[in-house]
Amino acid sequence: MIEKNLPAIIPLLFLFASLIIPLLGVWKKNLAYPIAALTALTSAILSLYGFVFVILTGPINYYFGGWIPPVGIEYVYDHLSSFVVLVINFVALFVIAYSYQPVEKELPGKQTAYYSVVMLLLTGFNGMIITGDLFNLYVFIEISSLASYALIGVGDKKAPFAAFKYLIIGTIGASFYLLGIGYLYFMSGTLNMNDLYNILPHMNDSPTIIVALILIVVGLGIKMAIFPMHGWLPDSYTHAPSSSSALIAPIGTKVGAYAMIRLLYFVFGLNYFSQELAVSDLIAIFSSAGIIFGSILAIAQKEMKRMLAYSSVAQIGYIGLGIGLANPFGFIGAVLHLLNHAFMKATLFMVAGSIITKEGHSDIFKFDDTYRKKYPWTMAAFTVAALSMVGLPPLAGFFSKWYLALGTIENSSWLFLAVILISSLLNAVYFFRILEKVYMKSPDASEVKEEVKRNEIQFSMLMPILVLAIGLIVLGILNFIIVEHIYKMMPEGMFSL
Amino acid sequence: MNLFDFIAGHYDYWFIIILLAIGLYGMTVKKNLVKKLIGMTIFQAAVILFYISSAIKADATVPIIMENLSVDNPANYINPLPHALMLTAIVVGVATVGVAFTLLILIYKNYKTLDENELLELMK
Repeated sequence: MIEKNLPAIIPLLFLFASLIIPLLGVWKKNLAYPIAALTALTSAILSLYGFVFVILTGPINYYFGGWIPPVGIEYVYDHLSSFVVLVINFVALFVIAYSYQPVEKELPGKQTAYYSVVMLLLTGFNGMIITGDLFNLYVFIEISSLASYALIGVGDKKAPFAAFKYLIIGTIGASFYLLGIGYLYFMSGTLNMNDLYNILPHMNDSPTIIVALILIVVGLGIKMAIFPMHGWLPDSYTHAPSSSSALIAPIGTKVGAYAMIRLLYFVFGLNYFSQELAVSDLIAIFSSAGIIFGSILAIAQKEMKRMLAYSSVAQIGYIGLGIGLANPFGFIGAVLHLLNHAFMKATLFMVAGSIITKEGHSDIFKFDDTYRKKYPWTMAAFTVAALSMVGLPPLAGFFSKWYLALGTIENSSWLFLAVILISSLLNAVYFFRILEKVYMKSPDASEVKEEVKRNEIQFSMLMPILVLAIGLIVLGILNFIIVEHIYKMMPEGMFSL
Repeated sequence: MNLFDFIAGHYDYWFIIILLAIGLYGMTVKKNLVKKLIGMTIFQAAVILFYISSAIKADATVPIIMENLSVDNPANYINPLPHALMLTAIVVGVATVGVAFTLLILIYKNYKTLDENELLELMK
């Protein structure tokens, strides 16, 4: 019985938690964290169960109120969405488990409100992934965006301005998306994704559909922060509280990327956006520009969170490149990188947050070899994640780049192949800079130094970081199982092109 | 159909395009953050008007069953779905404006100004 209702249970569970936390918060202040963690744990278990269930018996379709689509709203739990829900909920579980100490330190007395908004954010993200209805997707985009403006706005002194800029840009994006689905609706008379997929081939040459496609790509591109629509991202991630940026950075843009994959591959159809129009080429070109631009600006940063934010712009470019290649290897690369980058960025932002909690800053130039002695495990996890970002086998990051490179070779787009290789070198530059400072003794440091005591971060913060870092090794070694599963997620007829 | 008929026949869409342009102009060019917010509201209102005006049918009435009008012919009633969708979009817009004003109050508390140039100067 539970599996039939699973697609609706997961978002509603988070919505229920976001309402119950402030109600119980009036009675007891310190209940917020346990309820949030428990909800995240429950939905992670539920999504794991749903994932296995979908593999064994096939996709689940849930109809709200029993109304059959296209009249009613449909929630779809297929191979692709069950996989992304699993990734999102597991990363969210670890970040929420980690967030107890940082939130207590950075936002004292505001835990109740903070965790309530976090639950609202996860309602939006899970809803965006599971829904099979275009207008429902818009509503969930706005729920998750409003929650993330609030989570970013509670950061340091500059955070409200960064959040306001994000709000203006994000609302433009969502309005473009709304305008685009308006065009689709008035042309086809339906808002159901599956229904549209069947109707659209009959009206392919209509200019209205082309405009709709462009509006939707621009709207979701802003949510996903594809270059040159990434302007809101670096400031927001830098000034947000470290627990917020650890939550939003790995998940937020990934869900935007998922919505882009869903709309392009499963609504407009592969043939339409890659063969009849050159939209896929445009996405690939802008993404590769973003890869280079983000990597170069990441090298120029002095502050660790800001560096990671620019690195996010570059990494989103990889997913965009995979979407734009529009061939099976590109699709595998995009979906695999969605998983890998969620794990890597969560680890890196949690390490940055830990250093800020302990040292009070995250200025790269103040890092030295005492960090290795003070935080041996944190730095080990950082090293694993950084090497994975660079793309060293057998870590997870290598394999997504490998499939993307195979995709560029299949399309004979040598320029994109060069972009992937060059950006790996640039990644190495900005991560090895930190590794060198932490693991090598500075030559001009004074010989005699007082003994540095081991001062590792608390267990509740260290544990999630270590689990995700070990996860990167495991994902890398087991990647062939995941890739085999990704073949099932592809839209029909992907190989025949 | 000559050019004049084309322009006059789509007058509501021209109006919406102008509103969209005013909204975008306000959001991107204006330096005062409250004016940016006003631009955003105009932009959202234009999208809402687009849905509403596209739902109109000639010689049709409000979608409430009437005894002297047959329900079998959908051309008798205008399409109610865009209106229902836009009610949701209006609620979303209200929530967005609420969050935006909260952020503006925070910015003003921190910096005592809402001018973008002055803010960027103060943040250096």
